[in-house]
Amino acid sequence: MSSASQAATSPAGDRHAEYRALMRKWWFGAAGGGPTMILSYPWLIPGLRDVFPRGSEALWWLWVAMGVASLAVIVYSGNQFFTGAWEALKHRSANMHTLIAIGTGTAWIYSTVALLFPQLFPSEAMTDVYYDVTVVVTALVVLGMAMEVKARGRTSEAIEKLIGLQPKTARIVRDGAELEVAVDQVVVGDIVVVRPGSKVPVDGVVVAGASAVDESMITGESMPVAKGAGDEVIGATMNTTGSFRFRATKVGADTALATIVRMVGDAQASKVPIQRIVDVVSGYFTPAVVIASILGFVIWYDFGPAPAFTYATIVAVTTLIIACPCALGMATPMSLTTGVGLAASHGILIRSGDALQAAKKIDTIVLDKTGTITVGKPAITDVVPAEGFEPDTVLALAAAAERDSEHPLAAAILEAADERGVTRIAVTRFEAVPGHGIRAWLGSKRILVGNRIFLEAGGAKAEALQGEAVRLADEGKTPVFVALDDRAAGVLAIADPVKADSEAAIAALRRLGLQVVMITGDNHRTADAIARRVGVDRVLAEVLPQDKAHEVRKLQLEGRTVAMVGDGINDAPALAQSDVGFAIGTGTAVAIEASDVTLISGSLRGVVSAIAISRATMRNVYQNLFGAFVYNGLGLPIALGVLYPFIGLLLSPILAALAMSFSSVTVISNANRLKRFRLSEVPA
Amino acid sequence: MTPDQILVTVAGLALAAGVAWFFWFKRTEGVKAATVSDGFQEQMILVKGGYTPDTIRVAAGRPVRLLFRREETAACSEQVVLADFGKSAPLPTGTVVPLEFMPGDPGEHEFTCQMGMLRGRIIVEAA
Repeated sequence: MSSASQAATSPAGDRHAEYRALMRKWWFGAAGGGPTMILSYPWLIPGLRDVFPRGSEALWWLWVAMGVASLAVIVYSGNQFFTGAWEALKHRSANMHTLIAIGTGTAWIYSTVALLFPQLFPSEAMTDVYYDVTVVVTALVVLGMAMEVKARGRTSEAIEKLIGLQPKTARIVRDGAELEVAVDQVVVGDIVVVRPGSKVPVDGVVVAGASAVDESMITGESMPVAKGAGDEVIGATMNTTGSFRFRATKVGADTALATIVRMVGDAQASKVPIQRIVDVVSGYFTPAVVIASILGFVIWYDFGPAPAFTYATIVAVTTLIIACPCALGMATPMSLTTGVGLAASHGILIRSGDALQAAKKIDTIVLDKTGTITVGKPAITDVVPAEGFEPDTVLALAAAAERDSEHPLAAAILEAADERGVTRIAVTRFEAVPGHGIRAWLGSKRILVGNRIFLEAGGAKAEALQGEAVRLADEGKTPVFVALDDRAAGVLAIADPVKADSEAAIAALRRLGLQVVMITGDNHRTADAIARRVGVDRVLAEVLPQDKAHEVRKLQLEGRTVAMVGDGINDAPALAQSDVGFAIGTGTAVAIEASDVTLISGSLRGVVSAIAISRATMRNVYQNLFGAFVYNGLGLPIALGVLYPFIGLLLSPILAALAMSFSSVTVISNANRLKRFRLSEVPA
Repeated sequence: MTPDQILVTVAGLALAAGVAWFFWFKRTEGVKAATVSDGFQEQMILVKGGYTPDTIRVAAGRPVRLLFRREETAACSEQVVLADFGKSAPLPTGTVVPLEFMPGDPGEHEFTCQMGMLRGRIIVEAA
């Protein structure tokens, strides 16, 4: 197991232990809480009214027993409030523990003084005890904390699931024999055997065999990917029915999975920019609540109804207990953790909270054409023969001439020839004319491959094919003429094919309300043809690679918030200039470092998902913040009794404890709701 | 106003002022991180209800290694975040977890738990 996964699993163990400890405390508190609630007001209960009449010695002893029982609850179930408050106090800081400790402590001390020294109080009405407050508040807040720990565990399930993907063992070949070893024993260069239905243990390159591999757990792509010699495989993906051997290229902390786990962990622990404001507020929040409760006490003592001291104490205690700094503090981190985890499960790696907040704001998206909208590799799309020639003959002639050429287009011609299985012809001599074409000889016959001018300069007539050539060029393809001696044999069209799902993804981006811009080094004619086909709003053509960042800047100067999507390597400056950079990667070659968001799969569809998830997450953050601010904003004044002069409403500290526990659990539950977000909700 | 009301009012206001002073007007000198053999400025930090020490002074331009040791199980402090440097780490109870970063220009940076409840300060001083 990598160091990253070890570090990340231990808090889960801690959390489980913490949850069990809190639940034990809750049951202890609840066992004390029920009877205490009933016995605090025996004169309200018919059967008990006669046994413990007000002012009786029996009632006094009952209350003494309750005082002891509630002290036991404070010590066993509520000790963390007092130790936590003390530790914080030593740092001259205050937190939720401070508030609960002062609140329950005050209620217990007040009750005990009233019980033991009733003569200190001017009226008998002031000598009622509030042990029920102490016990029930402690129990409820502990229960809330337990639920919180449980729910927090769920927000980080995504990363634990990722860690769980790591296979434990690998079958490797050493000294000619196959043996099973622990995955951390695999070293770079080992030959690893993958059997049908087993996991790929580490990253590598296939050397023998073939299969289809399910990479959905890493890339989010549901279709298994065909793998043969020379193809990359990613550790933790699942082999289907074939079997193959591969050479390990990345192991341990260098694997794609380990990188993803590390990156997701870092992003989950980062901060959404809006939280910096929340941090300032929460820095002042807890001491402000203590001050509010003191002032509340003073006002109720001076102006409240009799018995003033009792009312003032209740108001002060209720104020301390209802305030929930936790809801405020957890509002953003919980949503961020869930949102980043959700994205990772779809093969989308969001670098940080900054990237997430920025991705929500974008209104313009710039797509690099090559490799993003298109496959990024030229291919033969059309073969148009001249009269008297077969398509395969045209391709065979072109392939023969290009066999030894270094030109990038030559590779496309050779690949098409191999795919169609056309007969290989060997040329006797060839010469390249840079910028124009190739001349080659088959014995006494001459082959010309190039543009029309090149053919005609060589004495071959090509007018008959000119119409076809113009049509192909209008479709954004590059026409290449082929001639045998002085006869034009046909015209080939070479183009970088548009990815299967680009058109649908661009339509979805537009439905998300984004202006979609395509940026390319191609000429306007080719660029426009592609743009028409995929349906972008705006085309920036003939842009040199080094000027892409400048174009992004120009869009930003128009007042737009710009996202740039590219392969992350050639587009690094443009990605850096944009407000949010999306790197579209494939397999393990992802340029994770260059971008704010990395899509492990090569599909543009991932950009749509990433934006949708960012928006949903930020919406969740705002809901949580709104909820936390509204809760505290309404709860505190009500606890202070502002409604009392108007409708006579004064909260009981027990209700305040219920509300407080409920508010922090609500924040986390709302964050967990994000996990139910389905990409099908994205307009497709 | 009765004498007891005056007394409660004066005492209450004084207490409120005392709370404000105690929590909001603390200024600590901080501890200067020691330079260890590999050139890092190193400081051990205890995580228990807060960070001890909670103010660490380091020199600009030399790498810093903060060693966190969490001695509590409360979920609050299970993660430490050094947002300005994009660094964070989970803190399993009882384990020393290093967090390394390179302080740039002189200034102040906060490290907090994930919820921003526990706070510490790094003061970067001109070297």
